[in-house]
Amino acid sequence: MEDLWSVAVGLLQLWMFVVVFFIMLPAMFGLSLGVTGVYIQILVKILEWATIRIQRGRLEQPNVPIPIYLQTLCELRRSRAIEGGEFALSDALYFFKKGLESIADDEVTQRFSSEELASWNLLTRTNLNFQYISLRLTIIWGLGVFVRYCILFPLRLTLALIGLSWLVVGLTIIGFLRGWLSELVHLTCYRICARALSATIHYHNKENKPQRGGICVANHTTPIDIVILANDGCYAMVGQIHGGLMGIIQRAMVRSCPHVWFERSEMKDRHAVTSRLRAHVAAKTKLPILIFPEGTCINNTSVMMFKKGSFEIGGTINPVAIKYDPRFGDAFWNSSKYNMLSYLLRTMTSWAIVVNVWYLPPMTIEDGEDAASFANRVKSAIASQGGLLDLAW
Amino acid sequence: MGSRASTLLREEEIEEIKKETGFSHSQITRLYSRFTSLDKGENGTLSREDFQRIPELAINPLGDRIINAFFPEGEDQVNFRGFMRTLAHFRPIEDNEKNKNAAPSEPLNSRTNKLLFAFRLYDLDRDDKISRDELLQVLRMMVGVNISDEQLGSIADRTIQEADTNGDNSISFNEFMKVLEKVDVEQKMSIRFLH
Repeated sequence: MEDLWSVAVGLLQLWMFVVVFFIMLPAMFGLSLGVTGVYIQILVKILEWATIRIQRGRLEQPNVPIPIYLQTLCELRRSRAIEGGEFALSDALYFFKKGLESIADDEVTQRFSSEELASWNLLTRTNLNFQYISLRLTIIWGLGVFVRYCILFPLRLTLALIGLSWLVVGLTIIGFLRGWLSELVHLTCYRICARALSATIHYHNKENKPQRGGICVANHTTPIDIVILANDGCYAMVGQIHGGLMGIIQRAMVRSCPHVWFERSEMKDRHAVTSRLRAHVAAKTKLPILIFPEGTCINNTSVMMFKKGSFEIGGTINPVAIKYDPRFGDAFWNSSKYNMLSYLLRTMTSWAIVVNVWYLPPMTIEDGEDAASFANRVKSAIASQGGLLDLAW
Repeated sequence: MGSRASTLLREEEIEEIKKETGFSHSQITRLYSRFTSLDKGENGTLSREDFQRIPELAINPLGDRIINAFFPEGEDQVNFRGFMRTLAHFRPIEDNEKNKNAAPSEPLNSRTNKLLFAFRLYDLDRDDKISRDELLQVLRMMVGVNISDEQLGSIADRTIQEADTNGDNSISFNEFMKVLEKVDVEQKMSIRFLH
């Protein structure tokens, strides 16, 4: 009994040692051991092999097109609690809804569901039309499940817990000191959180990074966008005050750098919002504000209409384009389908989040241009840089 | 698209549609441009062929039923008002809170009205009852050719047996509502339109 206990303690110590020295410390100093890079390369090779096998398998099998509705019917049975899984009157509702969606469908409604992949990336959640091809593929998939859930997930969970608690504790302590020390704490926490989410970030054109007194504008895919951007610099966030865990984090953040948090009621009053933001920008020593003008999460294939409110503040706008690589994991937060917790769980159990961030040169409003056309100009710049569709809506 | 289409829709019409269906101004203009893009004949109405041209609808097993729902009894053309009225059934329910000047009568997208819409998709001859034949038709459309007639018949019989409370071997609207009591109709029959 004691042996077992000491073994367990020993394992735990080893675990924490690995976590701290191989992940946390390098993360804190912004260094990389290159492990992630190698991991990504191996993953790409495996996915390419899998794609070739799937394509070959499709050609070999007789050309029996399995109607999509049969598969969705099977899914409906699986998801229902009724025993025996036969027809129920509510099954038809699914088809009614899909039919109406395709009638009302335009470029806009499509943007609220996850991007469909051209080829399966060995995650069950993205498995729409891909059937059983070969034993080897299934084994690889099974291995992938094991690796993702039993090795990567606990690692990321540990990191996330450490990162969050360090954020709250560290900021509360540092709140009494100001200056670069609090920035360092911020950066460290965000880097740990980014590692927790298995994010590999590539920054481009760092010379255009937003400076103090500027406004940073980016396309929005997920709440993780904040972590991604904050890995490379400190921003002042704009948003509503939440309760619960988010509220604690927000209050801790306020103590160290001046963020602009609003009460829910204040958000409705656009003038109040605009004047507070103006005041923040005018004081040129404050951190750049981070704003997501789309107002909601979009699935990262396009950029939707920017709300012009952020462009009326004046000052320099620094656009940033964020593009996630869909092969490794779906970063889009479909808030109608998943709540925050299940979204985070899905993120932590996908292969990785690989993201490219492009800093664009600063833009200012031109003479005779109104806020709406300025917003459109910025939107087109972001869309063309990130390789996203620039939607008219 | 865009500006040309919206000038053909008068402000009064938009207001009327807003009151009747509860859609917002921008939703109406966007759906109007969708309507005009479907209207290949450019005569301000849609025919059944216009709907059948939509690829996703063509492969939907219940596509014909859905197209039918847009056309009032015996008619072959649907105008924009009718189009919006049908689509309004699928508006998400919580949007009603934001719509201060909702119609005094029950809104088109209430749970009951959503269920009524679904009921009418089953009930082809509109006699307010889903008979065994009508159920069989929908079943056959949904499962295709892989299941035999007898199997399908027994599934239909079982479904009617479970739902039928007054013993007339068909499903009335109340029985239909009872069966779908526990189903999250609000979610299953709502489409997310952008604000």
